[in-house]
Amino acid sequence: MTDRQILLSANGLTKRFGGLAAVNEVSLDLWLGLIHAVIGPNGAGKSTLANLLSGDLPPTSGSVTLGPNNITGWTPEKISRRGLGRSYQKTNIFSTFTVWDNVRLSAQSRAQPSPFNPLGWWQAAASMQAVNQRAERAIELAGLQDRRQAQAGATSHGEQRQLEIAMTLATEPKVLLLDEPLAGMGQAEAERMVQLLLRLKNEHAILLVEHDMDAVFTLADHLTVMVNGQVIASDTPVAVRADAAVQAAYLGEEAVEAH
Amino acid sequence: MSTPQIHLETLPRSIQLVMVLGFAALAAFPFVGSDFYTAMVVRMMILAILAMSLDLLQGVTGLVSLGHAAYFGLAGYVLAFVTPQNEAISLYTSLPLAVGGAALAALVIGFLVVRTHGIYFIMVTMAFAQMIFYIFFDNKALGGSDGLFLNFRPDAGVMDLDNKRVFYYFTLGCLLAVYVFLRRLLWSPFGRALSGIRVNEHRMRALGFNTFSHKLAAFTLAGALAGLAGYLWAAQTGFVNPELMGFHMSAHAIMMVILGGMGNFAGAILGAFSFEYLLHVFKDLPEVGSFKTGKHWQMWMGLFIVALVIFAPKGILGLINRAFGSKTAKDVRHD
Repeated sequence: MTDRQILLSANGLTKRFGGLAAVNEVSLDLWLGLIHAVIGPNGAGKSTLANLLSGDLPPTSGSVTLGPNNITGWTPEKISRRGLGRSYQKTNIFSTFTVWDNVRLSAQSRAQPSPFNPLGWWQAAASMQAVNQRAERAIELAGLQDRRQAQAGATSHGEQRQLEIAMTLATEPKVLLLDEPLAGMGQAEAERMVQLLLRLKNEHAILLVEHDMDAVFTLADHLTVMVNGQVIASDTPVAVRADAAVQAAYLGEEAVEAH
Repeated sequence: MSTPQIHLETLPRSIQLVMVLGFAALAAFPFVGSDFYTAMVVRMMILAILAMSLDLLQGVTGLVSLGHAAYFGLAGYVLAFVTPQNEAISLYTSLPLAVGGAALAALVIGFLVVRTHGIYFIMVTMAFAQMIFYIFFDNKALGGSDGLFLNFRPDAGVMDLDNKRVFYYFTLGCLLAVYVFLRRLLWSPFGRALSGIRVNEHRMRALGFNTFSHKLAAFTLAGALAGLAGYLWAAQTGFVNPELMGFHMSAHAIMMVILGGMGNFAGAILGAFSFEYLLHVFKDLPEVGSFKTGKHWQMWMGLFIVALVIFAPKGILGLINRAFGSKTAKDVRHD
């Protein structure tokens, strides 16, 4: 793994809410071409970690590096423009817009004229060719070609998850933070999403927060396990599966629940 | 159910027709209406510009400003200050000064207020407007509570704005220009981003949009357009007083936008005209016995707005759209 290019790395990230350390001294790297999955029970701090990486929350201590930049404390919009794309666990779309308008607006963010530039007030957004092409590509990647004109809020849960991904891809990020993209999906939809992530991984560095263990072991090249805000294991999936501490803290419980 | 129907951003045919007929009627009005009503229509057109400028914040961006009249009034005062005692000032210097002054005030205040959200935004916009109101109200040098008179209308070169009919068409031209400009802006990358901010600001930021500067630009532009309306108001009436930037003015502007239908500018125009007309009607209500119904016009207006919000939440525009059984609404249901 060491020969791969590191696109994002977190060093000693900590987030305290009052006395509680939701994320405690977490360090991890995202490599170009690899999927780094983060698993852990509810409340382990996975989503908080994603929020720290995307700038939705400022860390209490520690730092985040994106490419050549130390992005610690940057706003989400600035981090996004430097090539980080984020999808959310709780569907976070423009529900009153059509699917196409959601993705088109997302793509537009990469061609946005200054809001104080009057020329940008007069141009028609729908005729920005580069934006339309970017949106079209993202729609096709996510498999939403037939749903362009549907109102986003009225589409199925699975389609909204696909739309989350399409919106994220429309900004053409190098680093993808995907917070439970498979949550609540049916089997066929989940299978399609797994195939999509496999396609995307060659050109991206991906952080995958996921509960679906089958998907995690199919997809992950590297696996980090979090419990109570801390990393208890970080290694290849095979090695993590064999780890006694992980089995006790997490996988064991899952296995017990499953039977 | 469709996207544009939510705010009628895409105007259905029926409403486009209403708008075209409406503008045609406005163009013909000075030839049929009396001086009294022509002057009233000029005021309606000016308030329609104010309502449209507020709609950019309220309906498009989702920022409810309860202090929008401040920029309307400020521009009027700028014109009053720069108009000499004994002669007219050129439109071409006074208009940019007034609009620029309003825009500058909106830029500075906006820089502070667009960081806030929801109820806090409403409160701070109102607080700033009240501050400006009292600065003028309490200072004799600024005209005090009595306000200021303008002895001359601006000099517009070939256009003689002292001529009632010329002023009427000048105002109509401004109304049309602002409407076309804002309709165009609604579909521009800037307008689409504002719309996205209204629906989901958090996601806009995650997508890389600098929502602060977009909201600030919208606030400044809305202030500038309110300034245009205030300038026209001062030129029309020859008089400015603190009421122009007062709380009631701001609240009326909000009611106009709600009354007409938010987020598409056509509704704001219809709302301003309807509001002013209803005001006229309610104030003229006859006495019933010793009960002066006209004196309680605020109550009738309040009841009317309540009824409208309950029975036609999308405003007059929504009613028209429903009455014509818009085709677009049906088409959309198929997907």
